[in-house]
Amino acid sequence: MSLAEAERDDPVVSNDDAVPKGKEQHLVTLVKRHSVVVRVTHWITVLCLTMLLMSGLQIFNARPQLDFGNKTDFDHPPVAIDSDKVDGKARGYVRIGEHRFDTTGVLGLSDFEGKPTERAFPSWATLPGEQDLGTGRAIHFVFAWLFVANGLVYLVWGFATRHFRRDFVPSRFQWRHIGGEILDHARLRFPKGEKARQYNAIQKITYFLVALVLLPLLVVAGWTMSPGLDAAFPFLLHIFGGRQTARSVHFFAAFGVVLFVLVHVALVLLSGLFNNMRSMISGWYDIGQERGTHG
Amino acid sequence: MVDRPTTRRTILTGGATAIAALGLAGCEKITNNPLARQVLDGVGGLNRKAQEAILGSEQLAPEYELSDVSTMFYANGSTDPDDERYKAMAAKGFDTYKLVVDGLVERPLELTMAELRAMPVRTQITRHDCVEGWSCIGQWTGTPLQGVLDRAGVKATARYVVFHCFDTMDDGDPSGPTPFYGSVDLLAARHPQTILAYDMGGKPLEVKYGAPLRLRVERQLGYKMTKYIKRIQLMEDFKDIGQGKGGYWEDSGYQWYAGI
Repeated sequence: MSLAEAERDDPVVSNDDAVPKGKEQHLVTLVKRHSVVVRVTHWITVLCLTMLLMSGLQIFNARPQLDFGNKTDFDHPPVAIDSDKVDGKARGYVRIGEHRFDTTGVLGLSDFEGKPTERAFPSWATLPGEQDLGTGRAIHFVFAWLFVANGLVYLVWGFATRHFRRDFVPSRFQWRHIGGEILDHARLRFPKGEKARQYNAIQKITYFLVALVLLPLLVVAGWTMSPGLDAAFPFLLHIFGGRQTARSVHFFAAFGVVLFVLVHVALVLLSGLFNNMRSMISGWYDIGQERGTHG
Repeated sequence: MVDRPTTRRTILTGGATAIAALGLAGCEKITNNPLARQVLDGVGGLNRKAQEAILGSEQLAPEYELSDVSTMFYANGSTDPDDERYKAMAAKGFDTYKLVVDGLVERPLELTMAELRAMPVRTQITRHDCVEGWSCIGQWTGTPLQGVLDRAGVKATARYVVFHCFDTMDDGDPSGPTPFYGSVDLLAARHPQTILAYDMGGKPLEVKYGAPLRLRVERQLGYKMTKYIKRIQLMEDFKDIGQGKGGYWEDSGYQWYAGI
């Protein structure tokens, strides 16, 4: 059977133009992986999270310490980013409990317009770059509204179409084979062919936790910092155990999002940047079928 | 004027403009871009409309127990006004102090501390949330602003309560220190927890906390809670005061609505 015939036999769209010469053993087998709602909301989320994180660090810089409960401990906050003088030289540090880490140049003390400046997060990470809490907050709220509106569209769509049920909940088969999958994942062996038609268990669990737990938690913790919303929904304070705890949860959840994004982007690069980008832009994903397993 | 109505179209075009402005102009120039600025201000209005829709006029901010009160209540902004008249009054325990209530009222008032203390009293233990992110819990005693407004008789055209203060902020302006002022709308002014506080922790306010009289607007952030009040003016709008944004901090870039 010729290559072209083999592809015609395939139940999904194939494109032999995309097969590079000399690599005939690899058949391009494109499956429609992401619906338009997933793609559009994904990229709006990318924009919003970028703006929210950078303006959030600007806001955090106004009081670079974390507390628990309803009151701030001004003398000895549990977590603080600060600076002081050591042997006459200014040093930046992060203190967590009794542990102190020198972070000069990045946290606590970093260059702003060429001068060493006392600021918790450096200028390149905050929006705007200079210290401007009012503008940082205004930007944060623009993208907070967009993020929540976009997230609601996604959540309603995801439940209505059973997207979450189908793509975020591992099947019984997947649960049973999760051990092998973790090993494969650790060795950076990514599923190909039929197995790549759906998310693997690790992807499903991760996306479940990020989209349905972490990001909603981040939003609700953010609301709990609002004195107005605390009057309307006092139970928010009971859930978190105080405004300062909610602020810390908001910060750590954002930190969790950053960790997720780092791993997510690394895996996108390792498992095929072009294929992944194509699937998140056009929807079509190459499951990378091996010749001979099919047709 | 701050009270620009927020329509769905302003929100949509606003969102799109903000994205374009942030993406294209390089995020640094945003404050200089009038269109982007309009979007950012528009979202301030959206926060306010949303909270007004969620919050009834009577819903109370959480109140706490005496044992929750902060041992050290942080004092920021002005902590020791320079004004000569203020200093002279403070030296005499504010015996000569008179609160002026005027503007769009039927009966302009001048109230001494004794007269204010003779009015209805409310004591509340509330959490003070600073825009910077910290919180303190304090016990405040004062008279509900509602009663003072009723005594003066608010005219139908009045929409804002503007607080003029004794303190000034030296922000390097070559024309000299900037007089401090602030404003709230009548919804916030008439809220049961909105008081003109004169005691803190059962004792007269210390100077650093705004003696002899400060505002508590418990459903908003700390920068709305004006200290060292000398005059309350009922107004239709505040565009002719300061830079026209409704308060010293608002003129410096904070949102007028501070519920979030």
